[in-house]
Amino acid sequence: MSRLTYREAARLALAHELAADPAVWTLGEDIGRGGVFGQYQGLQAEFGPTRVVDTPISEAAIMGGAVGAALLGTRPVVEMRFSDFALCAVDELVNQAAKARYMFGGQARVPLVVRQPVGLWSNSAAQHSQSLESWYVHIPGLVVLAPATPADNYGLLRAAIRSDDPVVHLEHKDLWPAEGEVPLDGDWEVPIGVARRVREGRDVTVVTWSGGVRIAEEAATLAETQGVSLDILDLRSLWPWDRGAVLDSVARTGRLLVVHEAVEVAGFGAEIAATVADALFGALKAPVRRLGAPRIPVPYSPALEPASRITAPAVAAAAAGLVSWRS
Amino acid sequence: MALPSSPPDAAAPDAERLLGLYATMQRIRVFETLADEAHKAGQVAGYIHLSIGQEAIAAAVGANLREDDVLTSTHRGHGHTIAKGADPLAMFRELCGRAGGTCGGKGGSMHIADFSVGMLGANGVVAAGLPIAVGAAHAIALKGEDRIAVCFFGDGATNRGPFLEALNWAAAFRLPVLFVCEDNGYGATTRTGSVSAGGGPGVRAESLGIPVTVVDGNDLAAVDAAAAALVRAVREGGGPQFLHARTYRFRGHTSSDPATYRDAAEVQAQLAGNDPIRRAAATLAGLGVTPDALERVERHEREALAAALATALDSPWPDLGTAFTDVQDIGAPQ
Repeated sequence: MSRLTYREAARLALAHELAADPAVWTLGEDIGRGGVFGQYQGLQAEFGPTRVVDTPISEAAIMGGAVGAALLGTRPVVEMRFSDFALCAVDELVNQAAKARYMFGGQARVPLVVRQPVGLWSNSAAQHSQSLESWYVHIPGLVVLAPATPADNYGLLRAAIRSDDPVVHLEHKDLWPAEGEVPLDGDWEVPIGVARRVREGRDVTVVTWSGGVRIAEEAATLAETQGVSLDILDLRSLWPWDRGAVLDSVARTGRLLVVHEAVEVAGFGAEIAATVADALFGALKAPVRRLGAPRIPVPYSPALEPASRITAPAVAAAAAGLVSWRS
Repeated sequence: MALPSSPPDAAAPDAERLLGLYATMQRIRVFETLADEAHKAGQVAGYIHLSIGQEAIAAAVGANLREDDVLTSTHRGHGHTIAKGADPLAMFRELCGRAGGTCGGKGGSMHIADFSVGMLGANGVVAAGLPIAVGAAHAIALKGEDRIAVCFFGDGATNRGPFLEALNWAAAFRLPVLFVCEDNGYGATTRTGSVSAGGGPGVRAESLGIPVTVVDGNDLAAVDAAAAALVRAVREGGGPQFLHARTYRFRGHTSSDPATYRDAAEVQAQLAGNDPIRRAAATLAGLGVTPDALERVERHEREALAAALATALDSPWPDLGTAFTDVQDIGAPQ
């Protein structure tokens, strides 16, 4: 175990895979000098400019090029800088990377990882703050990951790079300095599709991921003072997602609250809510609830940005509301 | 078909080599003529885009590639696929949506691919093949191989952003890629010149420092000579090259498009005087190839491809279960 930041854990995961497999390489804007958030620090010096490749500001060519390079058997790790910028490469990700294996009848794989920093950070406003995970979960062919801890960023990134599927790896910008224990032994990785139980509780199941996990943990402390106990699951992996873990928990608590930083409307919480309502209708003690951002672009001003934020008190209040719910 | 290894010379073409390329052109023409008839008869379910009139470019470029070279294609990709060496029976099966198609019936005409001969896929999105080819070239460079990547695209693609991004990337990293612009003058149903600024595809490539060769794309020997020189230059490590081949689409955008938006006199002039197959036949006649020999080539392709189409139409449909395979390994459909 080593105590690492989320940023350093990701850097080490990539370094280990670069060292282990000569087919792995990484490309993106400014990564030679460490990347926007320092998550590539020192990698170009260690592995050279042909495996840690500084690219032009050409998202379509970065992503599309990675598809071509993956079809020829290399394993590119693509940096998109901000998830908002990945929208310049949606054709290349959605129409090309996600579909090439299927459209071509299984003749080739597309073993690439695209890293997309997501979420509210440093008052970055509408074009540098989005959480668009539900877009990618909707696309057959893609795996979608959203780690919340250093250990999960390390273990999931390694699993993603080793996977033969195209993987969208969403890293929360506000978590880069977050610290935690990371097992760095050997080939340790986090299995994709398995949720992590953050906290055991008896009254309300809270399902969340990425930046939502810390908020849910704070909310649990607040709720405890009101006598409400939260069972918190960090999905970590959104496609595939751990349906079994969610259903097991809700079967015990009888109440579900899904919390995410993304816009609530048509967010991934809707899929979880619908699944639970369908599978556990008779066992629910209260309606399933979602808590996400309002459907507004993220505003800039420190006075306005909180309108886009989910907060621990709001989560605690929503949970308490479920416990006191009467039909 | 094995081709003589002597380098082609546009001024003094080799009859035997040219006859081989002529056979490839006939194979493409006959394949697409039959595919068109099958589409109109309801035997090919989806729309198809025909390259009839443009065969010389695919045949000549394809003849200059090794099997381990790779190419990306467009929605109008039958010719490139045939010229790279794909099996026409597997291609017909793909168009007809049958088991045994190049893609198991999951791609159809617009996504036809045969990785066993380095054909990395047609594409339903205009200009999407450009970054993919450049990325393939990047992987080739990374691995230190002497293969090359070839990227076919139309004049319409030159107005999309990925064209600029891919060309810049290829030039900046000096990658082994040959860009082949098949300029048939139309982007879908709109005359490209009416919606394009500047001096055309070649000027755009030259502005990025990529050498441009302009060729009459319906002159088989000329395309062959140009392609040979450019493939050699790319393979020798000189970085990307750009072939601007002027041609004409004899049919509509899709096989269901009568293309009445084109000037009748323009179409007539092209059909009468610029058919690449008839022009190649005339060149071959001048080199002493008899009409009988040309007729034999055409007849052979007609018979072989008619039999292939009949076999394809006799082939079983894919098992419905295959609709759920090859989506992904992790999180695959249950």
